[in-house]
Amino acid sequence: MKGAEIVIDALKKEGVNTIFGYPGGVMIPIFDVLYSTPEIRFLLTRHEQGAVHAADGYARSTGKVGVCMVTSGPGATNTITGIATAKMDSIPLVILSGQVHTNSIGTDAFQETDMVGLTRSICKHNYLIKDVNDLAKTIKEAFYIARSGRPGPVSIDLPVNVLNSKVKNYVYPEHIHLPGYKPVIQGNPMQIEKLARAIERAKKPLLYTGGGIISSDATEALHELLDKTQIPIVVTLMGLGSVPYDHPCFLGMPGMHGTIAANKALTECDLLIAVGVRFDDRVTGPLHTFAQQATIAHIDIDAAEIGKNVKTHLPIVGDAAHVLKELTKRVKPRLRDAWNERTEYWKERFPTRFAQKDQGPIIPQYVIDALNQVIDPEAIVVTDVGQHQMWAALYHHFRKPRHFLSSGGLGTMGFGLPAAMGAALGNPDKQVVCIVGDGGLQMNIQELATCAINRLPVKIIVINNAYLGMVRQWQDLFWDKKYSQVCLMRGPDCPQECRGMDEHCPSDYIPDFVKVAEANHVKGLRVSKPSEVVSTLKKGLQDPGPVLMEFMVSREENVYPMVSAGKPLTDILTGEE
Amino acid sequence: MVEKHTIIITVMNSPGVLARISGLLFQRGYNIESAIGAPTEDPDVYKVILVVQESDDHIEQIVKQLNKLIGTLRVVDISHKDNYIVREYIILKLEVQQKNRTDLLELARHFNAHVIDIETDHIIMELSGNPRKIDRFIELIHPFGIKEYVRSGEFAMSEYQKSKKGEKNGD
Repeated sequence: MKGAEIVIDALKKEGVNTIFGYPGGVMIPIFDVLYSTPEIRFLLTRHEQGAVHAADGYARSTGKVGVCMVTSGPGATNTITGIATAKMDSIPLVILSGQVHTNSIGTDAFQETDMVGLTRSICKHNYLIKDVNDLAKTIKEAFYIARSGRPGPVSIDLPVNVLNSKVKNYVYPEHIHLPGYKPVIQGNPMQIEKLARAIERAKKPLLYTGGGIISSDATEALHELLDKTQIPIVVTLMGLGSVPYDHPCFLGMPGMHGTIAANKALTECDLLIAVGVRFDDRVTGPLHTFAQQATIAHIDIDAAEIGKNVKTHLPIVGDAAHVLKELTKRVKPRLRDAWNERTEYWKERFPTRFAQKDQGPIIPQYVIDALNQVIDPEAIVVTDVGQHQMWAALYHHFRKPRHFLSSGGLGTMGFGLPAAMGAALGNPDKQVVCIVGDGGLQMNIQELATCAINRLPVKIIVINNAYLGMVRQWQDLFWDKKYSQVCLMRGPDCPQECRGMDEHCPSDYIPDFVKVAEANHVKGLRVSKPSEVVSTLKKGLQDPGPVLMEFMVSREENVYPMVSAGKPLTDILTGEE
Repeated sequence: MVEKHTIIITVMNSPGVLARISGLLFQRGYNIESAIGAPTEDPDVYKVILVVQESDDHIEQIVKQLNKLIGTLRVVDISHKDNYIVREYIILKLEVQQKNRTDLLELARHFNAHVIDIETDHIIMELSGNPRKIDRFIELIHPFGIKEYVRSGEFAMSEYQKSKKGEKNGD
């Protein structure tokens, strides 16, 4: 059996039925096998970055390992941003890249690049296969490593001669031999017992949960704990959807653009139970001001996360679902008390809000809020990165895990559209809505064609403020309103120094997204009036095919609440001062 | 407190393992003072011995991150353990004049340094031992005029211990 055939057989044995990618010279042997493999669907994107984000969106929404297949050199390097994105958010991917002949490695051959060297710091693990006899074993390991423990991307570099070499007695291995890799699943029972006792003693316990709840499928276990203990909970961007938006214990997202209730609770709690989170700087603010009153318990499958950023008093290494189940068994029921009331008071007293007037421009928050009225409750919402992402995090009505996909750790613009495409391919029965800014959409806009050709009915909601809005917001608030290179309408006739719009601004936004959509056989709709927002969303969502809805919104809206960079979580700008 | 830590990493022997380890430390902002990597009695197993100057907090993080590498079997920071034999090796090239040659050789003899090559104007010698001994030797020999030296970096092994109940050899 040839190496290329082994690769495809191995993928089938791993249950892969979908691959995202782009062909190239050294990978032709594999594409030749795919040619007659109808059981694997290959989504040919228009750029390798689109492929890797699509595989990522597929993985996030289905819980399966996303597979991306690209050629050597530029094909491989184009996946780098997507691999780093997946690594930061612990998303299981296997990236198969082509490589030049093993004899040519190191000679600067045509389309040669050191993929193992390039991906070393952005992968969970990586391989260069030099012997066809290692092929099957390596692919099996790669899938196991990608999905087990703390998930992450694994890259496999495949030299063309390995793909063309033959193995006599090919058998796909049944077992994995990785003596150095044993993820800890069960938490230490004594530590869990200690945490149960700490919860009983605490006057102001708070749960702080994140993406780990989703990757370990711990939503049910978390809900059981909430039912039994009524502990107020804050959920990070990566964890949104693991607790429904209207759950009485849910205080919203914490951090820089978190809700006031969530940040107040973090500051005041006396026991912080962190689960599947990594105390990211966007959540904590300056560490010496973070949760100063609290005993900190940290549950994580990755021991290296515990104590990395904050001093942890009660570490528990283990899988979130296992540990939470065990904790729920051991903890005594807790009734709603004055602390619950206090957190609920904050929720009522400091709601996240906006004011949309009937006349005048559309407020971006309104579009995202209005979406709640018309979107299918089972829909998957994918965002890009920037202001619209934070508004989605603040206003969208989250109901289920794996139904909100967003690039958290790396903050990758251009993630949204291809990730939504991957989610649509993996979830043909679900509505998939992509909320994206006008900047981020243009970073992978070529994938509109992929959506149309493959009949992937992604509903794209473009929040167009003609600015790179999040950077503009920082320049507005902290850089004396010096709008340096953030206006996407800026042209050669604009003054050197610009502090916002005036009557001399160019009038036309380029490109015309509706025309771009139509040129790609995607339905295009544009809205400028608040009164047309809901009807357009309805119309767009009802369409059976892909639709791009462009909302021309008021240009200089800021995301609030906001904690300034370097300030403690108590120092909150509301925009209403 | 920043101090010197010697870390023994036992890993599965695979291509690029040393690059993985050094890359990891660099990526996380830590500096390696010395690193030795070599095969062991088991052909599947490779050992890397690192010396880093870092605070205890950072060392804890380094050890955890090293443990996270897929091929890592064991990571031990031996800095505060006394049951390890630690050695280093050095080769020195010294300029030498007629008048101080005897003093120099006397000093070398005292440290058990071995003369490899001797000419009228230079001496090359080698020395192995505890890193503190090497440091001291360099310090004392410095006034004679060191032209060049190469240190191996530290390597270490646990002392032999009779296995007690529930206790493994080593750490």
